Amino acid sequence: MIAILLFMVCAALTVAGAVTLIWAKEPIHSALALVLVMVTLAVLYLLLGAPFIAAVQIIVYAGAIMVLFVFVIMLLNAGVEERTNFSKLAIPGVVLAFVLLLEIAHWMFHSAIGRALANGANAPTTEASTYDLSEMLFRQYLFPFEATSILILIAVLGAWVLARREP
Amino acid sequence: MLFGLGVVAFVFKRHIITIFMSIELMLNAVNLAFVAFARARGALDGLVFVFFVIVVAAAESAVGLAIVIMLAQNRQSMNVERENLLKL
Repeated sequence: MIAILLFMVCAALTVAGAVTLIWAKEPIHSALALVLVMVTLAVLYLLLGAPFIAAVQIIVYAGAIMVLFVFVIMLLNAGVEERTNFSKLAIPGVVLAFVLLLEIAHWMFHSAIGRALANGANAPTTEASTYDLSEMLFRQYLFPFEATSILILIAVLGAWVLARREP
Repeated sequence: MLFGLGVVAFVFKRHIITIFMSIELMLNAVNLAFVAFARARGALDGLVFVFFVIVVAAAESAVGLAIVIMLAQNRQSMNVERENLLKL
């Protein structure tokens, strides 16, 4: 019962944070709204029985990535956004997003797996333990895991090359 | 829902940093869907993919923000309307 209440509050806060991200004029306000979204999403992950993912979300997203965003905003002294005419992609983009939303809603209410998902019929009640997750990560998905380490290395080198001053 | 909001933000915002934030928002929406389906189907693969998505998002934001710093130092503007060097 309290879990459902917590879910409602956190889902509403997530959506509210996303809306604030769009409406805020100053980039720093958008960044703080994004922090709110990250933290409430971590709570949602906890409710969905994925504590490891929740921890990673807090550490990597709310910790590392958001610090990077706020740091860049402060460094560049980003001011108030000027509202100009939006891009020509806006109209079809909004229409497509709305169609996608309708499609997901329709699928949720009219297909078998959607109904099962909504009712939580055969959902396992146990949490996904970190032990099982790491077992799978380091056996079945070992090669993608190592590939992501190379990717991170390349990203760090690329960021360094891009951001250094020209000699 | 969250993904739709991210798309809306991506299309409407003109500030380049806010556009990056909306990309992160979309990635988070996909992550939430992954976790929800992993829960519903009782499989752990979705959680592993969420892990990979988070790692890739970290790399992407590092490189992207470096590009933003480069642009801001060279052009003194952060409005994407003015970044028209690549336009014909």
